[in-house]
Amino acid sequence: MSNLSLGAAGSFVQNQTIEAKAPPPPPKSRDWTLTRVAGTTWLTFWILGGLGIVWFLLNSNHVALVFQDDGFLPVSITHNAKFLVKYGEKFVSGFLITLKLVGLSMLLGVLLSIPMTFMRMSKSRILGGIAYAYIYFFRGTPLLAQVFLIYYGAGTFRIPLQSIDVWWFFRDAWNCAVLAFTLNTAAYQVEILRGSIQNVAKGQWEAAAALGIPKWLTFWKIILPQALIVSLRPYGNEIILMIKGSAIVAIITIFDLMGETRRAFSRTYDFQAYVWAAIAYLVMVETLRRLWDRIEARLTRHLKR
Amino acid sequence: MSFSRMALAAILTLTATSALQATEITKLRVATEGAYPPFNYTGPDGVLTGFDVEIGNALCAEMKVECEWGTQEWDGMIPGLVAGKYDAIIASMSITEERLERISFSRSYYNTPSTVAVSKDSPISEITPEALTGLLIGAQGGTTHSVVAEEVYSESDVSLYPTSEEYKLDMESGRLDAVIDDLGVLQSWINSDAGACCKIIGSLPIQPELHGQGIGVGVRKGQDELKGRFSNAIHAIRENGTYKKINDKYFSQDAFGE
Repeated sequence: MSNLSLGAAGSFVQNQTIEAKAPPPPPKSRDWTLTRVAGTTWLTFWILGGLGIVWFLLNSNHVALVFQDDGFLPVSITHNAKFLVKYGEKFVSGFLITLKLVGLSMLLGVLLSIPMTFMRMSKSRILGGIAYAYIYFFRGTPLLAQVFLIYYGAGTFRIPLQSIDVWWFFRDAWNCAVLAFTLNTAAYQVEILRGSIQNVAKGQWEAAAALGIPKWLTFWKIILPQALIVSLRPYGNEIILMIKGSAIVAIITIFDLMGETRRAFSRTYDFQAYVWAAIAYLVMVETLRRLWDRIEARLTRHLKR
Repeated sequence: MSFSRMALAAILTLTATSALQATEITKLRVATEGAYPPFNYTGPDGVLTGFDVEIGNALCAEMKVECEWGTQEWDGMIPGLVAGKYDAIIASMSITEERLERISFSRSYYNTPSTVAVSKDSPISEITPEALTGLLIGAQGGTTHSVVAEEVYSESDVSLYPTSEEYKLDMESGRLDAVIDDLGVLQSWINSDAGACCKIIGSLPIQPELHGQGIGVGVRKGQDELKGRFSNAIHAIRENGTYKKINDKYFSQDAFGE
């Protein structure tokens, strides 16, 4: 733990570089070993697959090069991107709906999961039992069923819901979707958070107590920062799962990216609809992955030497 | 093997295959959605039935072929046909320009208009776009009626549902202000107990550029013979009264159109 406090202090970090005692070893010769052949073959397949997709998309939009004799440039590109012109805007709106839905649900999920985590870890059997039952249900049933139950289930209980004046909330499909997604992700987040808090050594609590630090401050300043490092990757996984899980939301008339894809496909029977959707999901997940690498580097900077 | 023998073998194979092609088709695999009452649905006994299915069976009897029915989700209907999973689609599919780019259709076997239904206590009495401005209209996604809804009622919010079952649930619960679908579908629903909530307020005139040219039997491109046989069979059952018998079982008016 000594280097931890040194790193955090910053100014104690050594600035001078250590002289190398021996010259670096010569680079290994790059022989065509079996592993390397296999790796190269595998990579070639991936590259060919990627090129195939690019070719398919160009071909689907009738992109072609035309050679001309006159004009400034001898070559020009012609295309007939009927599909993109007609459905491009809808894809963008679906993409934004997916982002909004997942972003909002994750945020509300974080807010809900913190008190739920305390309930789950509490010594009270009633509080612990409630949290346990909640997590048990939402982790044990499919998201599709939860969305369906909340949306169409609320519809069949219209009269009682109206009598307690909450029907306005359940009438709107968007509210139902956000509610279902929030409840679902919060259940997972409670377990992520609980696991990572309990992962921090008990000695940390005891040491803080010995120094006379209040419990809440111990949690906020000592336990939580260490727990967040552990929980960062599981949180990232949870967001990725939510992004992909959100594709089912079109059953309750919210046209997210997948809903728009299906709509475009059912009108045109053009497979590029699904290719664009796959690309859009990949972009989302890849952006998140890179962001997570940054956050991790930032959170663990005191562990680097 | 000498060259002449090889040539002979090739010729024999060719004649054999062409002879096979010329033989009468005796068995057809037909696909339907199975979630679109009263046109195609699974009855309480678990058997696929409905107007499409009965017409389809009558057509097969007329063509003297054996038909084997299967269900297929709506969005995958045309890809499944193209991939050869089945030979014909009899699923209330409208003949539209976009679909004709992928498959062929027989002549139409029915043509009913898009119809609007609202809740019984609804103040809406007209089906003009003005009367429905700003309201929430439900439709089944991927259908011609949903295209009509989005084109005609561009000032309203159109919610698209995976099948007709879901918009019916939302109509009963009062989430939707109106619903748009085929006349026959809405009629049979409203006459059932589940549809007691609602009433039909009118039908839109058929617009070929949106509705297409009626409902036909879908077959793969190039299968002109099969397509022709379906068209002839439709004519035949129309002439011999079989069509009317099935029609009257389901609808109060003639669904054939024109």
